[in-house]
Amino acid sequence: MTVRILPAIDKDNEAFWTWGREGRLAIHRCADCLYYVHPPVPFCPECEGRTIAPQAVSGRGRIVTFTVNHKAWVPDLAVPYVLALVAIDEQEDVRIACNIVDCAPEEVRFDMPVEACFEACEDLWVPLFRPVRA
Amino acid sequence: MTRFAEKDTAITGVGMSDVSRGARKSALALTIDACLEAMADAGLTRGDVDGIATWPGERADGSGFSPVGCAAVQDALRLEVGWYAGGGEAPGQYGALFNAIGAIAAGLCRNVLIFRTMYEATARKAAYANSLLREGQRQAGPFAWYAPYYTYAAALQQALFFNLYVHKSGITPEQVGQVAVNQRRNAALNPKAIYRTPISIDDYLASPIIATPLRLYDCDVPIDGAAAIVVSRMDVARGLRNPPIRIEAIGSSMRYRNSWTQLDALDTQAQPKVAEMMWSRTDLKPADVDIAQLYDGFSFHTINWLENFGFCERYEAKHFIEGGTRIALGGALPVNTGGGALSAGRLHAYGAVHEACTQLWGRAGARQVKGGPQVCATSTSGGPLAGAMLLVRD
Repeated sequence: MTVRILPAIDKDNEAFWTWGREGRLAIHRCADCLYYVHPPVPFCPECEGRTIAPQAVSGRGRIVTFTVNHKAWVPDLAVPYVLALVAIDEQEDVRIACNIVDCAPEEVRFDMPVEACFEACEDLWVPLFRPVRA
Repeated sequence: MTRFAEKDTAITGVGMSDVSRGARKSALALTIDACLEAMADAGLTRGDVDGIATWPGERADGSGFSPVGCAAVQDALRLEVGWYAGGGEAPGQYGALFNAIGAIAAGLCRNVLIFRTMYEATARKAAYANSLLREGQRQAGPFAWYAPYYTYAAALQQALFFNLYVHKSGITPEQVGQVAVNQRRNAALNPKAIYRTPISIDDYLASPIIATPLRLYDCDVPIDGAAAIVVSRMDVARGLRNPPIRIEAIGSSMRYRNSWTQLDALDTQAQPKVAEMMWSRTDLKPADVDIAQLYDGFSFHTINWLENFGFCERYEAKHFIEGGTRIALGGALPVNTGGGALSAGRLHAYGAVHEACTQLWGRAGARQVKGGPQVCATSTSGGPLAGAMLLVRD
């Protein structure tokens, strides 16, 4: 598969892209009112708190929307693949862009329960999601 | 009563370069062609132009997305201005127009030359295959959240939004396809359009899937070309050669989360509150609109705007466009009368303003909407980007 283009890491997003090393999905959370702030910014829009820190969430979520990509945008890109937005179970307005893996593209559905898994890429662990199997 | 500054401005001239799938001229030469045509159309000389604006400003990244900025145009034409601005952080592609209205209201200038240049057809013949990602380079900014997931083009994000809309509205591919079919029919009557051979619904359904549910014919066509618009203060406009096209109302708000992942209006995109703002600044109603030039980077945007402008109810656009007669040139609301970005070429909403004025001035030749249209709704969009204008021929 074609290499993933990786994000530039800064002090705010580092946990999201590295905590996968321990199998954890990191989302920033306000210590005062417990609101999850994503993308991570050092300000809570709910209570105006300034104590925001990454916290491991369950990794469970559901597919808000998705698309099955068929076009080979670059040479050797394996198609089809699924791009999705997943809302985490802890808080519906935290949405994570991802690929849905371990699943045939035609099996992907709206509201499908999924769980995070991680792929090591250089010094980062890229969060992906796969269906929760009964 | 609040005085709305846009009502003291008008479009007084428009221009467009050759539009092609590979230009013989440079991007700057195309820009100058469009600018000089717009100035001549307004009856203005270089000495009369005292403001310049563009969106999103010069991006010297080889993508062809915006190869020419204010500085290049100002120096090429040796303009002396009281104000200029080019930048991408704005309410969609019309940000340059909204900035110009503000600058005129502030007394900084009287005649603003606004342009948008694209050189994507030539850029895509080189190695640069897409506008979002580059191999070997880590992605910063808002698209970093999409970068690792093979999100090579805006089509993928739009497909995410579109798929949710399809899921909620139940619109069928046969209904969606009416947008592309209508615009190709209109393009056949537009000598400057890129694709002029009519297509049928069967052709649409046979066109390849890019990313479900987007098909090839739902996507606009990258071109080399430039469009220019002159916006003037109303008292100046009244002394110029064309009947002023009044900017009756604008929608420039952003009252959603400004993010391509966290946008809280996924299936409508950031349009409903933009349209609401526009209608709050005029006594006109959707029923007063004669023609609509709706953003069509993807046909889905046009479908969104039909609902968000209030031409039909939420999730009812499928019935509005069914069969294609309502949105045709002879229909109740002719839409994207020049072929739009899907068939005439991706001038990124500036082709839409050019076509709006062409229709309102009665210059559209074979594709002229009958009955002398006076009111046009026009719009831009793309995820969190959205802007709207209501244009009225004086």
